Amino acid sequence: MRMTISEKIIASAAGLEKVSAGEIHTVNVDRLMSNDGTTHLAIDMYNTLLKKPRIADKDKLVFIIDHNMPADNPKTAAAHKKMRDFAREHGIAFYEGKGVCHQIMMEEYVRSGELIFGADSHTCTYGALGAFGTGVGNTDFLYAMVTGKSWVLVPPTLRFHLTGKFREGVYPRDLILTIIGDIGADGATYKVMEFTGEGAKAMNINERMVLANMAVEAGAKTGIFEPDEAALEYLENHGRKPKYLFKSDPDAVFEKEYNYDLSKIEPVVARPDNVDDVVSVDEVGDVKINQGFIGSCNSGRIEELRTAASILKGKKIADGVRLLISPASNTVYLQALQEGLMDIFIDAGAMIMNSNCSVCWGGCQGVIGEGEVLISTGTRNFKGRAGHKDSKVYLASAATVAASALAGKIVRADRVIA
Amino acid sequence: MGYTCIEKIIMKNLGQNHVRPNDIVTVNVDRVMIHDIFVPFVADKFEEMGFEKIWDPEKVVLIYDHLVPTSRVEDVRHFQIGDAFAAKYGIKNVHRGDGICHQLMPEADYVKPGDVVFGTDSHTTTYGSIGAFSSGVGYTEMAAILGTGQLWVKVPETIRVTIDGKLPAGVMSKDVILRLIGDLGADGANYKALEFAGSAVDSMSIASRMTIANMSVEAGAKAGLFAPDEKVAEYCGVSIEEIPDISADENAKYAKEIRYKAEELVPVVACPSSVDKIKPVTEVEGTPIDQVFIGSCTNGRLEDLEIAAKILEGKKVADYVKLIVTPASREVYRQASEAGILETLIKAGAIVTHPGCGLCCGRSGGILSEGERVVATNNRNFLGRMGPSSVEIYLSSPAVAAASAVSGRIALPAL
Amino acid sequence: MKIKGKVWVLGDDIDTDIIIPTEYLAMKSIHDMKQYAFSPLRPELAASIRPGDIIVAGKNFGCGSSREQAPEIIKSLQVGCVIAKSFARIFYRNAINNGLLLVEHDLLPELVTEGEDITVSVGEYIEHKDKRYDLSPLPTNLMEIIAAGGLVEAMKKKNSRND
Repeated sequence: MRMTISEKIIASAAGLEKVSAGEIHTVNVDRLMSNDGTTHLAIDMYNTLLKKPRIADKDKLVFIIDHNMPADNPKTAAAHKKMRDFAREHGIAFYEGKGVCHQIMMEEYVRSGELIFGADSHTCTYGALGAFGTGVGNTDFLYAMVTGKSWVLVPPTLRFHLTGKFREGVYPRDLILTIIGDIGADGATYKVMEFTGEGAKAMNINERMVLANMAVEAGAKTGIFEPDEAALEYLENHGRKPKYLFKSDPDAVFEKEYNYDLSKIEPVVARPDNVDDVVSVDEVGDVKINQGFIGSCNSGRIEELRTAASILKGKKIADGVRLLISPASNTVYLQALQEGLMDIFIDAGAMIMNSNCSVCWGGCQGVIGEGEVLISTGTRNFKGRAGHKDSKVYLASAATVAASALAGKIVRADRVIA
Repeated sequence: MGYTCIEKIIMKNLGQNHVRPNDIVTVNVDRVMIHDIFVPFVADKFEEMGFEKIWDPEKVVLIYDHLVPTSRVEDVRHFQIGDAFAAKYGIKNVHRGDGICHQLMPEADYVKPGDVVFGTDSHTTTYGSIGAFSSGVGYTEMAAILGTGQLWVKVPETIRVTIDGKLPAGVMSKDVILRLIGDLGADGANYKALEFAGSAVDSMSIASRMTIANMSVEAGAKAGLFAPDEKVAEYCGVSIEEIPDISADENAKYAKEIRYKAEELVPVVACPSSVDKIKPVTEVEGTPIDQVFIGSCTNGRLEDLEIAAKILEGKKVADYVKLIVTPASREVYRQASEAGILETLIKAGAIVTHPGCGLCCGRSGGILSEGERVVATNNRNFLGRMGPSSVEIYLSSPAVAAASAVSGRIALPAL
Repeated sequence: MKIKGKVWVLGDDIDTDIIIPTEYLAMKSIHDMKQYAFSPLRPELAASIRPGDIIVAGKNFGCGSSREQAPEIIKSLQVGCVIAKSFARIFYRNAINNGLLLVEHDLLPELVTEGEDITVSVGEYIEHKDKRYDLSPLPTNLMEIIAAGGLVEAMKKKNSRND
């Protein structure tokens, strides 16, 4: 049929045999997620702008409080209350303080082959399970909430062939930052980034999430992997079955193909203030840090915490450096506790936060001050992202962040492990 | 002539064999605690006063706990000033994000029985639990202490509070001190020392005594004292013989003597919005709540988390209610982790935050919205403490707090 | 020393969280903070106080936290003095250390109405509606600190004498 995975998902959501890039179709949305970044605004619109407010299917909705969790001022508390009351009134699934939205969605809801809208740009994360997840604004969200449908302009797909294996001390985070550095912050604008090849197949779901999550930072509509045994196993472990198991056809049309040999990837950072200003850690020079962050929808999972713990074990972070660690969900927190990782972090002098967006989002806990430098596993490093407008954010892997927290400056993890 | 506990501590400090209440004396300070929120003001006043050095930097402890993690970009200024002050004047005892000041001071052995200790926080009275005369001062006075190592003090009269018997199941030391504050009033012990004794007190753990000493200031007291015993000796890692004799004499003179029968005490709450508005839980049971906070220098210790976990074991926090748990220090976190307590709490749906003051100081960490209600184990429920003035704060023990989290309403612990 | 001013009336147990809420404590200076004084209870008060005005309150004024910003802010608003039935102890010391005059009087808070004028003759009497109420003098060591202009001034003098 000559379709990519994304085209197949859109076609099935549109009730059509075939779709092609460039077409606009009306689709049924399988799931709608909204967090405390904007839900209160959508609720306001629902209450004031609609002549006949109704919800098409409340069972498809998920409301999650994660950004300003717990609330840091009466305004955010009021926004939370609005969300909570609305969810309660309409019987909408509601999560507060359970984890970062995309992590909860992956743990509880996402199924391969689904089309999911989220009122948050990193909804592209769900491509790790072969679902088409994309971020939308309030208005699109509201429309989909009321009607159960939306329109989609079918995006062309860029294919990234991944081969080889990462060397010691190099991680998928370094890969996706490298890719974004190569193609630019608009290099995938309105496209799908499809990851494939033996390198992709060898990745576990955590690693696929690290990649798919950042697709939007290259401008992409979404990032996606073919759902295979790894996806099926993840779904099974979480008590779910896939909706569809779509693969890209051998004769599908891709707009462009890229090749990446994982063994050639170096540990990198994205320098302030752009996600695509990516250089190897070796080139970054002598950069002292004030704070490190390990967490976020990108890198807050157990695998990343294990990596950080292996580097921090038995050591202490540099004097005066703050290292904040936030597991992506309570499930991850529990597992980290059971594996003794939290003890390692506490002994190393890190601060263990509840599960939230915090430092990545720079709006609640762990903000940085004037002139401070943060190295973070978050998703963005725009000016002022993590606090004061005159502060700097470097993006890096959990390993690089952990190593840098020990050294008090940006260093490669593999040198520290040695 | 018989002396009270605080009189004995002051006499020992001065090397005198006699003092009277209301005497104005100058004590030699054994240790001071300065925390992050006020260090910029302390540093400013110190330099303004013209001092060139700190009297004894080893006796100074600098603790970052209120602003940890940061919630405003200005917060880091306090760390920068604190770090610079410590470096300039040779302060080596600096704790960044290790826990709440009043937990760290006794935990990290900065305070000994018989010491005279001042801190830039009103709940410095906490260390009375191990027989220190400890009290809160403002930043200007702290600056003067840093330069001189001394402070003038008016020897307080003492109110002796005796609690005999055995506390009923479900009644914690928090209920004892709240009851006392309710009976005395928020200024009932103004300028006085509270001295606690009795068989119920003897059976209390150090943590339970800390809760009582901690909240003594909420009745206006200068200090909240417990005569050091075997438990204190064990806590401090010394033998009982090494502890100075500061227990009150049989014939000490008290301004007032209050007695309680432990068996008659019940779980209570301090109702919005003053600490002395005390009611038995039975009178407010069933009031719907939006949030529960278990933590603070009053009740963030292992025994507090332990009882919360016991109540929450196998249960879940009520729908639409948040339970925020903040251990008081890294050590408490470690012990709670090892004992499986944190696991139990998280499985029940608790939101566990990093050791620090957290929501208690009301800058972040669970601020509430208009008209919402919270049950909290901290020490103050004044207007505006945790959000707008319409937010209602009920202070309680960790047992009542945990039971309320399960129920979604103010509830009695079923223990 | 005589102080004459207009009266602002507050109730019992005015705590330091009301005098200056925690959320403002990380502001850079007293000057930045003072506009928020008493805001949870009387948001308009800070802007309305004129130099020399007098605050009259009930019992236990200044209870709560040891935040010295509380009396320092009242002083910076140029309040002439605070009269209350009683003062919490940390606040009391902090006020003295900042040269803020405090007067304890059991009866007066029940007699005055907001907006009235009263006169305070330090250590001697309070005059209200042509009636005089006796005051006892402050302890000597406290008067010394106030006379010096606060503890900082007292220490400064001491340290410059030592040079």
